[in-house]
Amino acid sequence: MSTTILPDFHQTIPIDMVGVEERVSRLNKRSIKKESKLQALKLALSMIDHTTLEGKDSPGKMIQLCSKAKRPYAAMPGLPSVAAVCVYPTMVSTAKKALKGSRVKVASVATAFPSGMAPLQVKLDDTKYAVAEGADEVDMVISRGEFLSGNYNFVFDEIASIKDACGSSHLKVILETGELETLENVRKASEIAMVAGADFIKTSTGKISPAATQPVTLVMLEAIRDYYLKTGRMVGMKPAGGIRKAKEALQYLVLVKETLGAEWLTPNWFRFGASSLTNDLLMQIIKQETGIYQSINYFSND
Amino acid sequence: MSEKTKDNVSNQKGGNGVKPTSPNADLKFDFGSFWQYSDAPESSDHIEILDKYDHFIDGEFVKPVKGRYMTSINPSTGKAFTQFAEGTSEDVDNAVKAARKAYTKVWKNLSGKERGKYIYRIARMIQERSRELAITESMDGGKPIRESRDVDVPLAAAYFFYYAGWSDKIEYAFPGRKHESLGVCGQIIPWNFPLLMLAWKIAPALATGNTVVLKPAESTPVTALKFAEICRDAGLPKGVVNIITGAGQTGAALVDHPDVNKIAFTGSTEVGKMIQKSIAGTDKKFTLELGGKGANIIFEDAPLDQAVEGIINAIFFNQGHVCCAGSRLLVQEGIADDLILKLKNRMETLIVGDPLDKNTDIGAINSKSQYDKINNYLQIGLDEGATIYQSSCNLPEEGYYCRPTFFTDVSQSSQIVQEEIFGPVLTIQTFRTPDEAIEKANNTQFGLAGGVWTDKGSKIFNVGSKLRSGVVWANTYNKFDPTSPFGGYKESGIGREGGLHGLKGYLKFKY
Amino acid sequence: MSERLEVLKTYKTYVNGKFPRSESERVCMISDKKGRHIANACRCTRKDIRDAVVSARSAFSGWSDRSAYNRGQILYRIAEMLEGRKDQFIQELENSGIEHKKAKSEVECSIDRLLYFGGWTDKISQVFGTVNPVASSHFNFSVPEPSGVVGILGPEDFPLLSIVSLIAPVIASGNCTVLIPSEKNPLPSISFGEVLHASDLPGGVVNILSGYHNEMMDHLTSHMDVNSIVNTSTDKNIMKHIDENASISVKRVTHYSITDWMDDRYENPYMILECMEIKTTWHPIGV
Repeated sequence: MSTTILPDFHQTIPIDMVGVEERVSRLNKRSIKKESKLQALKLALSMIDHTTLEGKDSPGKMIQLCSKAKRPYAAMPGLPSVAAVCVYPTMVSTAKKALKGSRVKVASVATAFPSGMAPLQVKLDDTKYAVAEGADEVDMVISRGEFLSGNYNFVFDEIASIKDACGSSHLKVILETGELETLENVRKASEIAMVAGADFIKTSTGKISPAATQPVTLVMLEAIRDYYLKTGRMVGMKPAGGIRKAKEALQYLVLVKETLGAEWLTPNWFRFGASSLTNDLLMQIIKQETGIYQSINYFSND
Repeated sequence: MSEKTKDNVSNQKGGNGVKPTSPNADLKFDFGSFWQYSDAPESSDHIEILDKYDHFIDGEFVKPVKGRYMTSINPSTGKAFTQFAEGTSEDVDNAVKAARKAYTKVWKNLSGKERGKYIYRIARMIQERSRELAITESMDGGKPIRESRDVDVPLAAAYFFYYAGWSDKIEYAFPGRKHESLGVCGQIIPWNFPLLMLAWKIAPALATGNTVVLKPAESTPVTALKFAEICRDAGLPKGVVNIITGAGQTGAALVDHPDVNKIAFTGSTEVGKMIQKSIAGTDKKFTLELGGKGANIIFEDAPLDQAVEGIINAIFFNQGHVCCAGSRLLVQEGIADDLILKLKNRMETLIVGDPLDKNTDIGAINSKSQYDKINNYLQIGLDEGATIYQSSCNLPEEGYYCRPTFFTDVSQSSQIVQEEIFGPVLTIQTFRTPDEAIEKANNTQFGLAGGVWTDKGSKIFNVGSKLRSGVVWANTYNKFDPTSPFGGYKESGIGREGGLHGLKGYLKFKY
Repeated sequence: MSERLEVLKTYKTYVNGKFPRSESERVCMISDKKGRHIANACRCTRKDIRDAVVSARSAFSGWSDRSAYNRGQILYRIAEMLEGRKDQFIQELENSGIEHKKAKSEVECSIDRLLYFGGWTDKISQVFGTVNPVASSHFNFSVPEPSGVVGILGPEDFPLLSIVSLIAPVIASGNCTVLIPSEKNPLPSISFGEVLHASDLPGGVVNILSGYHNEMMDHLTSHMDVNSIVNTSTDKNIMKHIDENASISVKRVTHYSITDWMDDRYENPYMILECMEIKTTWHPIGV
């Protein structure tokens, strides 16, 4: 970690919500057609963290999920696999085994996901367990209550500790933007996470509404851009939850392209946290290739 | 032009070699090389454009008396788009006679309620034919289809809806006075927002009980003529709206016609002064909406990314052909470098291209003469010692296009800071205190619009109250609404359009 | 040749964008001037009032957040829809004994009145809002805002025009309403619900409950979640009763005494202003 002086997190960068929404609305008017559409659909598919985070998950469910992750649609060879699967820590070893030999990574949630309401030691143990089980990536949650009470240094320290516990696994920091509510809070939380060492900043757990939104995503991308200009360090971004349709996914890609450019348009630096998005992308890809509108009946649920 | 300036002034076509000298490598973000957007053309096959358009007088399309036609060019190709009638003083006279007859015999005697219903019908039909009107506007004038589809046409319909509602409510707008319509209004509009400027003129005129003769700009007559079709289809009584096409002389004939009660003009300050002079000594009322050189003031406590977007909106959209453009950026010194870097990055994602492509941000410059004027100003800037910066986007092979540009190292006295360029060209100056910003902002013969960017509410009200401009945009720019009055101080014009105040110019009052 | 038998219409209520029957499943028999049975209208109860107020309240934040332009467009659309069904409504008014020419005028006036109030949505704050030049260094402005849920008690005569003239100004500014129309002649109101429904008006903005006023009025006028009452009864006892009920939660009450609803004095912005509150905001001017 560098020895830079920590910024004063009590300073707030002003953000005008109406202006953000107008920018998003204009970016959503980009018309993605023909080859650029097909290219984007495939790119989006390769960026998915195919997710299951339910109380009723089981090893059997993992095996089905991983099978879909490796080969989303058998009828069309040459399609990319998704980037990763995202699961609870106790499912990591099953997933790892099921994905052996593929390039699909295993991301595990940790730190008392989704609420984060547990003492630091529990969160560290949760993290170390996931890493020991073989997780390539760890998705942690920040302590929103502490953040909203103004204990920014607490939030910073927690992230830094979890980053340590991750070892060589990548750390994604979930801000739970739906609970932070204001864009200024989102920006601030993004800055804290990045300075504390996050490899990725992620919008949501997907367990509350609103989950990922475009204005929030734009603010986070801009935070990443400014951090990169200041430090030269790239940080990835992951909107999660609520992105079900290919059209929306493409709109998110436009946000990335026009804020951060080509370097971030890869699964190494941008992910979608989603589950039903995979099939909608497949349907749109097949429609682009054949010209015929598709039915969900022709695509496996998992 | 020296070889050095040829390199810098790089509005050259396509990719044939001459790259801007802007240090785009410094920008650190690669917006161009991966995932280029494919063409997304708006289909124009279903649009009917006639080979030739006549005047619309007394409810019908009639041939010009002298039988001459002019050509309108599609600036994205440089080629002919259609022909339209060249209005002579005889045509103007016929139109004014028709407007007068309609006024005295029909329109003046209708109740406000019934007048309103006609205007509602027109508003509705603009909505119904909106796609056709948007495409026509882009082909005739060069503005991107996304703008004409999402801004120009819907706003035009909204102005008609708003003023339709005033038709039977005018007594509430001017307490203590009895109001009366003026009679026949001569209206001359520019080429930058053809249909929208038509709406700004015709809607309040009709709502207040007047009849009109309108002359659209010679480079963009077609949407006005389609509007004439809408008037006819809406059953508007003959002669209430008349459209005469032509060039400067046609406009002059209208201004000078003795039986016109009011002149409404939007255009350059230069022509506005000529009109004001030629009306002197007559009974004619007039309103003028003229040029501007708006200052966009950005304080260090502004929401910066939104301010950058505000700069883009202020000067690059509609190709900078906007009278209220924020063409002078005044940025607080402490944040100037950061802001300019953000601005450069943002400019890289602006797409300059075919107006009918849905991804185009900046369309074609409206005409060859405007294109030449802009390039001339770029040269003047360089000659004055300013530093030019342009984005590195490609330009189409044919048609008139200009890259988004800004100049630094300018001063308040620079010609490019003082004069209106009317293109996507921004000048950038710094300031240190609010008073300095206000003083620079006001130091111009213009006074149409200005912008203030700060997170602090009290600063907005303070600076806003001291800016000598008819419109102040705080933390936003180039926002229009039919309820919101628009117009200038000083040489930017006289009178207001839009809102309750916009009714005033079309009425006279008695006790 | 035998005549074709008509499919008779069932008149239900209009609540939350749907057409439910009264929860009581009871009806009032509606007859024409000659005493012949026309239809069975719903005989609504306090529970229907309760549900209607809930529906109006939940629609309020969405409806008042819409732009004035949008509300104006929707009122214009209501006029379009009513114009398209002119004959249906003329017939319905004639069924209740109104003579053809008067029925036609009443329907046409209703359409025009919708246009009138639709044209005010984006002007009311220009005419009645103000910027106040206070003596201190503050920017001070006053804006009229909609009150919330408005209960409307409709009159017995002009069964279509009266309710249009009452509903339009109330919803123009963003209020939502629960209307109890004429007891003897509620059918045009119920049919008007169909017109509203076809006009992109969000469900819950207008709720129409037929039945006996004396069974519903108390519950509506004492309901703690209703902000204002608009009354058209000129019976002094009823007016007093309404005022007393209103005092329980400091409701705003407007009593109209109108005989000729066709008079265009009832096209005025004050009918809109009656159901609005004025909010004044201060902000310092300084650097």
